[in-house]
Amino acid sequence: MVKQYLLGNEAIAHACIEAGIDFASGYPGTPSSEVIDTLRAQKKREFYIEWSVNEKVALENALAASWCGQRSMVTMKHVGLNVAADPLMTSAYTGAKGGFVILSADDPYAHSSQNEQDTRRYAHFAKLPCMNPSSVQEAHDMMKDAFALSEKVGLPVLFRPTTRVCHSKGDVDLGEVSEEHRTGVFEKDPKQYVVIPAHTRALHKKLNEKQPMVRKAVMDLGYNTAEVRGETAVVASGIAASYVQEVIPDGVSFMKVGCFPIDGAWMEKFVQQHKKVLVVEEGAPVVEERLRQLACGVEVFGQMNGAVPMEGELSPAAVAASMVKAGILKESPFQSPAPAEGLPPRPPILCAGCGHRATFYAMKRVFPDGIFPSDIGCYTLGLQLGTVDTTICMGASVTVGSGIANSGEKRPVVATIGDSTFLHTGIQGLINAVYNGADMTLVILDNRITAMTGHQPNPNTGETAMGEASVPISLETICRACGASFVETVDPYDLTATLEALKAAKARKGTKVVIARQACVITARRAGVRRAHFRVDPETCTACGACLRFGCPALGKDAEGKANINELCSGCGVCAEICPAGAIVKEGRK
Amino acid sequence: MSSYDLLIVGIGGQGTILASNIIGEACLLEGVPIKGVETHGMAQRGGSVESHVRIGGTFGPLISPGGADLMIALDLMEAVRYRHYLKPEGRIIVNDHTVVPTSVFMQKLPMPARDDLVAALEGHPVTLVDAAGLAAEAGNLIVQNVVMLGAAAPSLPLKAESLEEAVTRLVPQKFLDLNLRAFALGREAGRS
Repeated sequence: MVKQYLLGNEAIAHACIEAGIDFASGYPGTPSSEVIDTLRAQKKREFYIEWSVNEKVALENALAASWCGQRSMVTMKHVGLNVAADPLMTSAYTGAKGGFVILSADDPYAHSSQNEQDTRRYAHFAKLPCMNPSSVQEAHDMMKDAFALSEKVGLPVLFRPTTRVCHSKGDVDLGEVSEEHRTGVFEKDPKQYVVIPAHTRALHKKLNEKQPMVRKAVMDLGYNTAEVRGETAVVASGIAASYVQEVIPDGVSFMKVGCFPIDGAWMEKFVQQHKKVLVVEEGAPVVEERLRQLACGVEVFGQMNGAVPMEGELSPAAVAASMVKAGILKESPFQSPAPAEGLPPRPPILCAGCGHRATFYAMKRVFPDGIFPSDIGCYTLGLQLGTVDTTICMGASVTVGSGIANSGEKRPVVATIGDSTFLHTGIQGLINAVYNGADMTLVILDNRITAMTGHQPNPNTGETAMGEASVPISLETICRACGASFVETVDPYDLTATLEALKAAKARKGTKVVIARQACVITARRAGVRRAHFRVDPETCTACGACLRFGCPALGKDAEGKANINELCSGCGVCAEICPAGAIVKEGRK
Repeated sequence: MSSYDLLIVGIGGQGTILASNIIGEACLLEGVPIKGVETHGMAQRGGSVESHVRIGGTFGPLISPGGADLMIALDLMEAVRYRHYLKPEGRIIVNDHTVVPTSVFMQKLPMPARDDLVAALEGHPVTLVDAAGLAAEAGNLIVQNVVMLGAAAPSLPLKAESLEEAVTRLVPQKFLDLNLRAFALGREAGRS
């Protein structure tokens, strides 16, 4: 056994290798992405990996591998599970053969997400077991057990780490890498795999009949623990359990629910030994609801009566505050010093030289009264540039755009979507917009990669997750096949050409597509692209501030208000095109 | 068991994660438990980032406001932004430089002066470090994070040799000498 200091997601990936994983698929999404990225980075790799085009596609691929007897896993973030919900629900009926784990990472506090939904709800909904680790070590141990659990119960197993587990680090005890691997063999069994009504009714009954066995198998893993220490108890699930352990006073009982479904008899016995119980969990009150069904007469504190916050994430201080509300602690051991006020915020911003910034700048110039539906990616940061008016979920830029256009709204609609997001769920929206005559422009912000989540390849990149070359898809061909008659590709660093293409799109009726293609500035740098930096000629600069409003972090100003360019400059040259005085020039030129 | 809680703050891209990894590796070398958590994903570049490190930690990874023993700040303004995480006696090792955020230009917000930022840290023991100057002396501006780690070394409950060994394990061979020079120069600055 070796001990390493690992990120939660790295520990989870290592557990997969210890379990002898054969097949991994997924769609990147914070905080889940590093699991597959870690698997990809293994020098010795005897398993298949793919970054799929979306979560539904990923789940179906991994499910099929499981049906062929392989140990398989699919990874995604919580909202990805909505996309994959269709196969998820029925995969509980067909079941799994090789151990099949569905990792869906939740993001309480929505650090980088559009909502705070709870994957444990899906587990309950689909009647599937779910594991909810409380630490990096437990995430590792549970993931290793998840494959065997799946095989034992014949069902997919949901695995729900949260941001503070995925992106936690800790000293982790690791096991041996497994040498055992399985080659897929599909055995035909229509009653199991063809869910026509006659079959599916029987499969549903079978799933229901399995539940007592599932509850027992889950309990047998030993992740659900309880210790009676007094008349008052705290019950916790997930990372909240580690916060509880930090602050729980002596003489207060502690129950930890690591795996679902909960064995009602086990929980009832514990609850009935107490007069008062506080339930602490992030996300939905999943444990609390079950516990309240069993509590008859026992006083319960939790989210449902305001003792625990119903949104956001917890912390040791938040848990202490809940204990104070429940009368378990007299006062919180934590101070709460006031943060400094009046500091200018420092939100994440598009990189210096990011092509998206140039495209947004051109859009604002050509469509000063435009409505800008956008999507999920780095470019959502265009909010700060005033070119993101809506985001709701992956692919919704096109559809929200066509909806606004067809609602009678008279102002021009210009939607933006990244290449990966377009391939994820944007194409259907484009077909729908073109076919139904939506008068709008779709700008595909094509940086050749899935950048925001850590530069994962997609079918537009020309490389698979296995590192093999593959023919990149043609976005132009796809858009034309969707029926768009105006499809123009521009380099956003060429501001003049981008402005012209947008003006041409504006002059036409119907659904127009402009593809703004420029490699992500980070991947370009890694690939060795070096461009000469730009500088400001202080004698020519009129201190008008036009370049500063472009919002590039490479641009600043001196005490006189004259612009200067710092070492972040990547040489894109767009600011030189913007400067009305011609004061920005390439290094080495006069 | 109570842990020694360290907060590393800065701007995405400055190398807070490497600094936390070096401390983690040093803990493994000394057999000390460690927990931590950091900002990942969603193109954090240019944004304010924080990394929690709990040396001797056996519970969760999060440090509570008012609970940190030490803060390493790679940017002066970020030190002020996270100051409330420190215990009243908590020490600050801070880079004597701040990057002006684009929000100052885009939203026309006032930018605090350097002396006002330093004044806002009053009450805590503060070590101001010329990270850029020392990194340049070591050979490359890129190692400012290791300079800052070196400056914090005398305050950490870890042996300097463990931290040096951790640097050796984690940094690519061709940049090793550069990083060790940066660490040594930082350590010198942290002692004065």
